[in-house]
Amino acid sequence: MDLIWDGIREAFRIIASGDYSVWEITLRSLMVSGTATAISLFIGILIGSALAFNQFPGRNIAFSLVNAGMGLPPVVVGLIVAIMLWRSGPLGDLRLIYTPAAMVIAQTVIAAPIVTGFTAAALRNLHPQLRTQIYGLGASRLQMLWLVLWESKLPLLAAVMAGFGGAISEIGASQMVGGNLAGETRVMTTAVVLEVSRGEFAAAIALSFILLALIFIVALILTTVQQQERRS
Amino acid sequence: MDVPHLDVLAREVLVIVGPNGAGKSVLLETLALLQEPSRGRVLFEGQPVAGRQLTLRRRMAVVFQDPLLLRRSVADNVALGLRLRGAPRPVRRERAAYWMRRFGIEHLAKRSAITLSGGEAQRASLARAFALDPEVLLLDEPFTALDEPTRVELLDDLSAALRETAVTTVFVTHDRGEALRLGDRLAVLMGGRVRQVGTPEEVFATPVDEEVATFVGVETIVAGRVRSLKDGLALVDVAGQVVEVATDGDPGSDVLVCLRPEDVVLSPAQDHPSPTSARNRLPAVVRRILPAGPHVRVQLDAGFGMMAIITKQSLEELSLAPGSQVVASFKATAVHLIPHRARG
Repeated sequence: MDLIWDGIREAFRIIASGDYSVWEITLRSLMVSGTATAISLFIGILIGSALAFNQFPGRNIAFSLVNAGMGLPPVVVGLIVAIMLWRSGPLGDLRLIYTPAAMVIAQTVIAAPIVTGFTAAALRNLHPQLRTQIYGLGASRLQMLWLVLWESKLPLLAAVMAGFGGAISEIGASQMVGGNLAGETRVMTTAVVLEVSRGEFAAAIALSFILLALIFIVALILTTVQQQERRS
Repeated sequence: MDVPHLDVLAREVLVIVGPNGAGKSVLLETLALLQEPSRGRVLFEGQPVAGRQLTLRRRMAVVFQDPLLLRRSVADNVALGLRLRGAPRPVRRERAAYWMRRFGIEHLAKRSAITLSGGEAQRASLARAFALDPEVLLLDEPFTALDEPTRVELLDDLSAALRETAVTTVFVTHDRGEALRLGDRLAVLMGGRVRQVGTPEEVFATPVDEEVATFVGVETIVAGRVRSLKDGLALVDVAGQVVEVATDGDPGSDVLVCLRPEDVVLSPAQDHPSPTSARNRLPAVVRRILPAGPHVRVQLDAGFGMMAIITKQSLEELSLAPGSQVVASFKATAVHLIPHRARG
């Protein structure tokens, strides 16, 4: 028990003291996962709306692939991205391995199917004639897409939450393609693993605490927006 | 779908009427340039539409059976089409306000559209279409999902708005009453084919075939043969009876004799016939009496099945019951003949 209490007390001290490395790691986590979520949102909306709105052969298989992709094991994603970006790999010339960009790529591969699946489901839930009606009011393709996305913004917020949650909490891929280099690619999850392996439970608890708080704050913001929307 | 040719004339209300599943909505969406015809083409003011669908769609407005409003205020919904066309805000405000007032929903302007009742939502949908001041207005069964009192009210408001704007309109419905009420011309669509186009009077009085006749409310349709023709009056043999018809059919030809139930007058059988202008007086037996709102429908056997519709008062005064003997009278002009090829 003492271990936990000491850990928590120490954690608060670290957070309050503004320990540079902890905040630096937090900020990097936010940057990497936020960027990955933003890219995933773009890809997810593009593919999700194409899936939801078009009839084509193999549509069910495409849906199944997306749904399977929502549960991609981060370690496998990390492995594949690492092989691709390895110095001698097909994209080795880009020199991305062990950089934050590599982590963004890996987290995007994890989050994009989640956002795609949520988006497709949200758009399929709209009235099937809504798009026809919007076109019938004189909308261009782009205007139509914007209106139906805006109409689905509540479930799309859920997609953002799920995608961000998946990205910021994975570790396998970040470890593998980022390498957990201090000051360069160390993010919260990889840092927690490292601190625990060193026996530094207080730092691990502090980071975990911040990670949970971050996820909670993001969820709180998005949920508040959702609730206001629903009431209006 | 097989529509060889269908014109929508400027400033008219063309009602496309037909039973459910006849292809009415497909036809409407094709006219609205929301569906590409697999074959054939749509012309707008005589010109092909290819390549300028968006421009042309912006000169039209479409209203569907479901109001299909977005999750935003009623005013924003009504102004939506104007916004898509890039109309400036003052114009949007003013036009939306005018049409919300016209459809009696100005007090709901700030309400979220998803909280509206079915009738209010459809009013918003109609206001949204009229606010565009379209050159062509396309309406697909806009009243079908509404309860009867709401439907009647909205039909009045729409009718007034159509008169005021004189907008070229295509109105799709399966409801004969709406077709009669609104249509300058009717196009009867059945089984994906346009069977008949004409004024409501023409279509209702002289349907071209048995299915159209049934659809427009002709309930007595029996096969007969024209025996003779004299001075525009044909004598037609129908199941052992002779029916006089004001027509110019060919003697010897097979026909379908069509009679609307509201054109049949019933009188007591014992009566000494008082003189009347009704050319046809057939003895008949009452088979069944079916309530139909304020009226009753009387199924008769006059040698052939015949349907009459009378008021409840008449039913009581004549004290009709199944088995009663009556005389069924109808004018020669009330009968419509459809040329009929004997089957087989």
